[in-house]
Parts: sequence; structure tokens; C-alpha cells
Amino acid sequence: MDRNQSHRNRRRVLKTLHLTALFLTMMIICIPGLWIVLNSFRPTVEIMAKPPVWVPSFTLDHYRAMFAGAGEGGVPVFSYFRNSLIVSVTSTLIAILIGMSGGYAFARYRFKGKNGYFVGLMLFRAVPGVALSLPLFIVFAKVGIIDTHFGLILAYVAMNVPFTIWLTDGFFRQIPKELHEAAEIDGCTRWQAFWQVEFPVARSGVASAAIFAFLTSWNEFALASQLTRSVGSKTMPVGLLDFTAEFTINWGGMCALAVLMIVPALILTFIVQKHLIAGLTFGGVKG
Amino acid sequence: MTRRRLPEWLVLLLPAIIVIAAVVLIPLLFSLYSSFTPYKLTRPSTLWKWVGTYNYEKILSDAKFWAAFGRTVLFLTIVLNVELLLGLGIALMMNKVTWGQRTLRTILMFPMMFSPILVGFQFKFIFNDNIGLVNNALQSMGFNVALPWLVDGKLAMFSIMFAEIWMSTSVFAILILAGLFAMPRDPLEAAKVDGCTPWQSFRHITLPFLMPFIYIAMTIRSLDVARAYDIVQIMTGGGPARRTELLWTLMSRTGYVDARMGLANAMGYVSILLSILFTIYFFRKLSAARAELGMAG
Repeated sequence: MDRNQSHRNRRRVLKTLHLTALFLTMMIICIPGLWIVLNSFRPTVEIMAKPPVWVPSFTLDHYRAMFAGAGEGGVPVFSYFRNSLIVSVTSTLIAILIGMSGGYAFARYRFKGKNGYFVGLMLFRAVPGVALSLPLFIVFAKVGIIDTHFGLILAYVAMNVPFTIWLTDGFFRQIPKELHEAAEIDGCTRWQAFWQVEFPVARSGVASAAIFAFLTSWNEFALASQLTRSVGSKTMPVGLLDFTAEFTINWGGMCALAVLMIVPALILTFIVQKHLIAGLTFGGVKG
Repeated sequence: MTRRRLPEWLVLLLPAIIVIAAVVLIPLLFSLYSSFTPYKLTRPSTLWKWVGTYNYEKILSDAKFWAAFGRTVLFLTIVLNVELLLGLGIALMMNKVTWGQRTLRTILMFPMMFSPILVGFQFKFIFNDNIGLVNNALQSMGFNVALPWLVDGKLAMFSIMFAEIWMSTSVFAILILAGLFAMPRDPLEAAKVDGCTPWQSFRHITLPFLMPFIYIAMTIRSLDVARAYDIVQIMTGGGPARRTELLWTLMSRTGYVDARMGLANAMGYVSILLSILFTIYFFRKLSAARAELGMAG
């Protein structure tokens, strides 16, 4: 009886500990992001208040200033948003097409030095953006594609292709060879067999690769900060810097732009989150 | 037909090879060349002067460079280990939850969507010594202090690590969690019947099974360890007094602020080698772990 009681007590303590730890973890994960969202709705006076004001008041001033483009410094948010969208979507589409064909080659064909090619491709992904941005800046300037959408798209495609190959390779490998062989016997060409039989099966893998490519381009800063100069091509991560002056930072405005930056990524990730996890693990383990 | 056709696999791979060659390989070759010249952006003619390994000798004998190098390696070691341990802990905790697991997992993915530069700004704001959340909270709780989070060298390093860990732990947690889901139940139950303690069954059954997942996470992370550049650049810019200078910020300062491209490219090569070493190391671990589980492709 007594032993039973102490056992039950220990259980209860462990359970409470578990829940508390989990709650704390979730809080640490959530609070920084929520703090940004919250502050985007607070007036600047309140953000700067000393002693701090804990009960927030609500204002849309920062958003109004941001969208009117006439806020402090007049940050042209719409152009940045458009640039980000154009660059990310285009580079994702191209990277997926190129990466898919590469991944298919690795999954379906046997050739000499296959592993060498594969690791070699991956190593190009490991080159840090900062280290690449120095020479890329000079080369792009010589070719004359600096400060254009095209230049940035090209850079992001190259950045995303290796990882896309890695993920799609894993997925195509899971699909039994018999599938496309059967389709070919039934009179499909290899091309048709791919699009009508293998592609639909590997779709979730392609989707997760696409999300990763999109997020990478949407969030990239090191390259974009050097390859873009003007309103016509700056992306949002670079645009964030517009809110900083020599010694002061317009925190409220920055938070508003940050929210604008997170929302599309958030929506997109929620839609495909199941694929995301599946893509990463299968692509990696089985690849 | 006398014309030889390219093999199909090469045709499929060609676009990838061309893009990467054009955007990564050529610039890298160019920077390799320029790292042997005293190239300065302001004086283009310096590109044609060959100075041999002068730049490399210079950085190798530079105490500032070695300090940044050591700090970078230390930073990566601490950050990756903490991320792994926290990620493992979170995944194990989440695996025990019986209710609302999907919601928790969604929350867990939250930091993955944040741009590194955004994470930098966010924590610059939160750790601000005047209006930041941390100091405000401390003061409201009655501590009459204003800790100089980003001004003091040691605290600044801590803040940067915190930001980096906040951003990347979820990658580990999510992948390890996926591993836990995929784990067969039988061995664990058998171990319980045989009288294993929870620690023993974790150590000898769960952990070996999770190893490939851990290495995938490590490999993915090691592919862009240099993302920390964005965070450091925003939070402290390498300051105060170079106390948080990492290889990457030192390089960009040398290249863009001092316009000494040759020297910066030499540093770039050192950092590229560092990244590649990290990646190769984890890749090999990954294939070894795969082979052990019999999952080799």
C-alpha cells in the first residue's frame, strides 16, 4: 500500500516535470516571434518607454506608414515584396526542374563516378554565401547582371539545385523500377512514363524540396545584400536594413516588415508541413 | 550514325552542372586566382599583379585572423552540440505527449521559417540593453540592473549563440522526432520485459536507431553553418572590439569595407575549406550509419 502510494507520487512528479519542461520549451520558441508581432502593433513611444509598459495598446501606425511608403525614410515595401516574390518563385521553379532531372539521373542510372559527382554537387552547397558573394559580385558586375532580378535568380537556382537533387533522388529511389518499366511496355515513352507514373508518386518529395528552395531564397541575405543595390531588385531581407539608421533603429517599422516577411512563409509551410518532414527524412535516410 | 550521343544520365545532369559551374565554380576559380594577387576594388589594375602566396602568408601570421578562426570553430562546436542535445531532449519529450502533438510540432517548426537576418534583428531587439524584453523583464521583477547584453564581449557571444540555437534546434528536434515515429515498438517492449532500465533501453536501442536521423540533421545543418554570418552581422557586426568576430564577418569587412578583395578571397578559401570539412565529416558519418542499418541505396 505504502509502496504503491510512493510510486504513484513519483509518477505524478515526473509527469508534472515533463509538462513544465515542455511548456517552458514552447514558450522560449514562441515568445521571440510573438514579441515581434506584438511590437508591430504598438506605438513607437510605448516601445521606447522607460520604465517599460507591459499592457500593450493597439495601433496600425507602422503598417499604415509602411504601406503608404511615406513612413520614416519611406521604405518602398511593395517593391521589396514584389522583388522577393518574383525572385523566390522563379528560382524555386527553375531549381525544381533542374534538380528533379538531376535527382532522377542519380536515382535511375548507373554510371562511373556517381558518388563522386553526388558529393561534389553537395559540396557546392556548402560554400558559405559570404565567401561566394565576393567573387560573385565581381563576376556579375563584369557581365552586367548585378542589381537585376535575373542575376539573383541565377544565384539562387545554383544554391538550391544541390539540395533539391539530394531530396528528389531519395524519393525517386523509393519508387520501384517496375512502375516505369510497366508503363513503357504499355507503350509510353520514357518521358511520358516519368510525367504520368513516376512524378505523381514522388510529388510529396518534390513539394518538400520546393518548400525548402522557396524558404532559402525568401530568407537569403548574404548574397542578396551584395547583388542588389536599388529599389528595383532589393528583396525583403535586405529591405529590413532600411529601418536602421546610423545610431537608431525604427523598431516598430521593422517589426511590421518582419511580420510581412513571415506570413507568406508561415502559410506556405502550414499547407505542406506533412510533406516537409517526410521529405527530409526519406530523402536523407533512404538516399 | 557516326555522331555519338551523350548518355542519358549526362543529359539529365547537364543543366545542374552548367548552372553550378556558371554561378559557383567560375566565381570560385576567379577568387582562387585573385587570392594570389593584391586585388583592390578601388584599383582594378592590381588584379594583374601576381604576388604568390603573400595573402595566405599574411593571414596565417595575423593574430586577428587566428582569433576569428578559433572563435568560429569554438562557436560551431558549442552551437552544434547544444542544438543536438536540446533537439534530442525536445524530441523525446514530444514523443511522450499523447495529446495535441500535431499542434506542438507545428509550433516547433516556427523558427525554421524565420530568415536568419530576421532572427538577428529579433534578438538584437530582445537583448537591447535599454528597451529590450530581457532587461525590461529583469527590471520589472525587481533586479535593478541593465545588463549590456550586446555590448559586453562575453554576453554578446552568449546572445549570439542563443539566437543561433533558437533558430536551428528545431531542425534537429523535428528530424529526431520523425526518427522516433519510425521506430519499431517491439525491441523496446522486449527490453522492458527483460528488465532494462529506461536509460539502458534508450542507450542501446533508441539511440542507435536514431543515429542516421541525427546525422541527417547534422549534414543539413553543416551545409549552411555560415548562416550565422547574418545573425552576427546584424546583432553586433563583429564587435564590441572584435570580441564576436567570426571568420565570415572578418572576411566581409576586409572585402567590402577595406575593399581588399585579394586578401578577403584568401580568407574566403579558408572558410570554404572549413565548411567543406564539416560537410564531408558528417556525410561520411551518415553513410556509415546508413550502412549499419542496412539502408544503403
